[in-house]
Amino acid sequence: MNNENKLKFSDDALALSQRMVNRYPEGKQKSALIPLLHIAQAEFGGWLSSDAMDYVASLLKITSIEVYEVASFYSMFNLKPVGKCVIEVCHTGPCWLLGSDDIVKYIEKKLSIKVGDTTADGMFTLKTVECLASCGTAPMMQIGEKYHENLTLTKVDDIIHECKATVVEHVTHWTKKEIK
Amino acid sequence: MGRKLLTENINVPGIQSLDVYRHHGGYEGLKKALGMSPDAIVEEVKKSGLRGRGGAGFPTGMKWSFLAKPDGVPRHLVCNADESEPGTFKDRYMMEHIPHLLIEGMAIGSFALGANTSYIYIRGELLYVYHILQKAIDEAYAAGLLGKNIMGSGFDFDLHLHSGAGAYICGEETALIESLEGNRGNPRIKPPFPAIQGLWQRPTVVNNVESIMAVVPILKMGGDEYAKIGIGKSTGTKLISACGHINKPGVYEIELGLPVEEFIYSDEYCGGIRNGKALKAVVAGGSSVPVLPKELILKLANGEPRLMSYESLSDGGFVTGTMLGSGGFIVMDEDTSVVKNLYTFTRFYHHESCGQCSPCREGTGWMEKILHKILDGHGTLEDVDLLWDIQSKIEGKTICPLGEAAAWPVASAIRHFRSEFEEYVKNPSSIKKDNHYYRVNNISSEVA
Amino acid sequence: MPKVTIDGQSIEVSEGTTILQAARMIGGDIVPPAMCYYSTLKTSGGYCRTCIVKVTKGSEKDPRPMPKPVASCRTTVMDGMEVQNTTAPDLLEARKGVVEFLLLNHPLDCPVCDQAGECDLQNLSYQHGLAKSRYEFKRREFEKIDIGENIKLHMTRCILCYRCVKVADQVCDSRAHGVINRGDVAEISTYIEKSLDSDFSGNVIDVCPVGALTDRTFRFKSRVWFTNPMNAHRNCTKCSGKTVLWTSGDDVLRVSARKDVYGEVEEWICNECRFEKKEKSDWTIEGPRHIDRKSVISANHYEVKKQLKIDVSNQKAIDESAHNN
Repeated sequence: MNNENKLKFSDDALALSQRMVNRYPEGKQKSALIPLLHIAQAEFGGWLSSDAMDYVASLLKITSIEVYEVASFYSMFNLKPVGKCVIEVCHTGPCWLLGSDDIVKYIEKKLSIKVGDTTADGMFTLKTVECLASCGTAPMMQIGEKYHENLTLTKVDDIIHECKATVVEHVTHWTKKEIK
Repeated sequence: MGRKLLTENINVPGIQSLDVYRHHGGYEGLKKALGMSPDAIVEEVKKSGLRGRGGAGFPTGMKWSFLAKPDGVPRHLVCNADESEPGTFKDRYMMEHIPHLLIEGMAIGSFALGANTSYIYIRGELLYVYHILQKAIDEAYAAGLLGKNIMGSGFDFDLHLHSGAGAYICGEETALIESLEGNRGNPRIKPPFPAIQGLWQRPTVVNNVESIMAVVPILKMGGDEYAKIGIGKSTGTKLISACGHINKPGVYEIELGLPVEEFIYSDEYCGGIRNGKALKAVVAGGSSVPVLPKELILKLANGEPRLMSYESLSDGGFVTGTMLGSGGFIVMDEDTSVVKNLYTFTRFYHHESCGQCSPCREGTGWMEKILHKILDGHGTLEDVDLLWDIQSKIEGKTICPLGEAAAWPVASAIRHFRSEFEEYVKNPSSIKKDNHYYRVNNISSEVA
Repeated sequence: MPKVTIDGQSIEVSEGTTILQAARMIGGDIVPPAMCYYSTLKTSGGYCRTCIVKVTKGSEKDPRPMPKPVASCRTTVMDGMEVQNTTAPDLLEARKGVVEFLLLNHPLDCPVCDQAGECDLQNLSYQHGLAKSRYEFKRREFEKIDIGENIKLHMTRCILCYRCVKVADQVCDSRAHGVINRGDVAEISTYIEKSLDSDFSGNVIDVCPVGALTDRTFRFKSRVWFTNPMNAHRNCTKCSGKTVLWTSGDDVLRVSARKDVYGEVEEWICNECRFEKKEKSDWTIEGPRHIDRKSVISANHYEVKKQLKIDVSNQKAIDESAHNN
């Protein structure tokens, strides 16, 4: 663990982390690892650097490798920097049946990026994701915690326009607002 | 009109809140349960014939009765709200709209099992539902429905939420337990089963959201009454998530035993195939169950109507049948490419394989690559046979059922739609690149 | 004591014995191969699926057959259980599938791999594999990295048996490496390149069934079948000091732990013995090491005739089946 770590949770995030840890029995604090990684991603700019993960390890008194193993397993954790808005378009069967391929192509064209890339201004990262349990309202995409469903191209235009107009810092699944 | 046990009040304005929920009979089931002995509750659930609604269909009461009860060791009930099976969105719908039903069910189940602390493991992406549930849990604590001495019964009960972070495999109960312990979602090798050694090596029951919710009406009406609904061993009601090329996608609560044809074509349910198209195929129970062509999903091999029940859907085994699974009902119209749809499923299982055991880790990616090759116009007849062979070598050889879940869609697509594969490899120009039609007619022109 | 019958041979074993352990007690060809199980590492096994067997009778009490093949390394024997391994053609076919999966992303370049000659996967594929790979796509590749001064990790060759992770957890005083990512991109890694510092970290080399973890002090010095393995010991404060020296003339090319007939380490050795004591004068040499494994390293050494006979007949069967295919 890195003692010279400069990263640190805000007081609110520390308080929330403690509440998370308290949900599990004494000595089972590792159970709070996933919740804490969500908080870390919100606190530290939308992704988990190795410093961020080392910091979480120190909070839970576990080894760094235990954190790397877990963080790299779950698809919601970004181990590389991402844009402020990560657009996650579902492309599994039920969404594909209703045109998710076209949604992806449309966004690629609109933002001039390919799936997996981030726009030059650092605003958008485009990802395809697997089923988000929104099959009855397909096609759909998620930005931060919000589900955008029954997508049409016009809706996609509006959503992207709104992001450009309103977003100033990283929209993560857990947000700083919710941490408070 | 079938009976509605879980969704009866779902459209009542404000039912998300404790006050409105209680006004409509909420927590009466818990009140009744707390006046019974735990064993009597388990008995009622057994009598109800309720089968696990997450997909496997194992009798819930029996699962509860297997729980070990060693002295001095805490036990846990864990709710599996990691709903991730493509085609399934019922749990999300229910938790979002009537969160207290889940909390009430968790309290009843935990009391019956002697669990003083229980957890709801909700998939990480459903964060907005997490907040709805958290708010409901806070309300329940404030009203004395959770916490110390709930409803004055002497029973102490804490209920916590736990968020996942994106892994389908955590819907497998031992992977879910691993994840809840803060580990990678690697399924455990069984035995030991969770009923003996589960969360933190303590006896644990893991139940699906819908199963836990169903306990509430079972307690209210009694197990015998519940068992009268449905057909044969498929008792009660089931939530079906209907999606794909239908006029009315959504979550429907049906009485088990409803004819499949009625479910698809009646205006009360799916409302028929959209844009006046004909039905081609259905995946009836979530992406992992076998796909069936129109003639086999509507009728059994002997020509009798197929019903929405565990037994009828699986009639004929995998040769002519499928499974009820999680009730994720995916409908495909005549223009759909079954091969391309299969490709998205196989890509899904490849993406979601945990990587622990070799058949699933290596086999899922191999199948995806071969399907990609076929769709790219470079497939051969040998590739189709190879796909068949690979799936047969994954099925039944893996630690957890993800192996089967990946193998069955491939096997059934080849079994029932082999001609489509053959057409693609013999005549690549027949591969429709955009072989789905669009929800919004303007999409294709703008993208092209 | 539960009695189990494996391929027609019965044995009584103590409660809690696994099918694989029971088969090893019987010995011979009925013993299922194992790539991830390691009897001295707790919770090992169950991952690779090579040791699967068919349980045709569950027990005296519940004689129903088990619906699927089971991992013999993690399935406990019940009284009256009946098991088929080599006598079930469908099981052997299933195992062939498992071997194919293990080899799918594994490079087929044994001639340039340092593990050749003592590689469990190489032996397994000779005995149970197909003659030709049916995989036509690009194999997974990783850069070779040094995890510490003395250990080379070449992830491309790894079959994710988890043994090295369990060694770090159970034999070393700390663990700096683990399995990151998931599915077929899962890899053994320290995440950010670190070294394995524990005094016993070198044991990860001995437990690795393939050439993913190799000894940097030995890499490409010699083919293992050109070396002479000698039992040797020294007074060591950290470990038992009982090792095998892999020698060539007066040179000690490599030091390893002593392994049993199933390739499992008998006693863990420390890094000092393994990496730093490379002179014959550091050791008391006991004599030639008897290596009783179906592998080319045993072919060149002692009791040659008996071993060769088995190998030749096996090869014949493989040739015939390849021909028939």
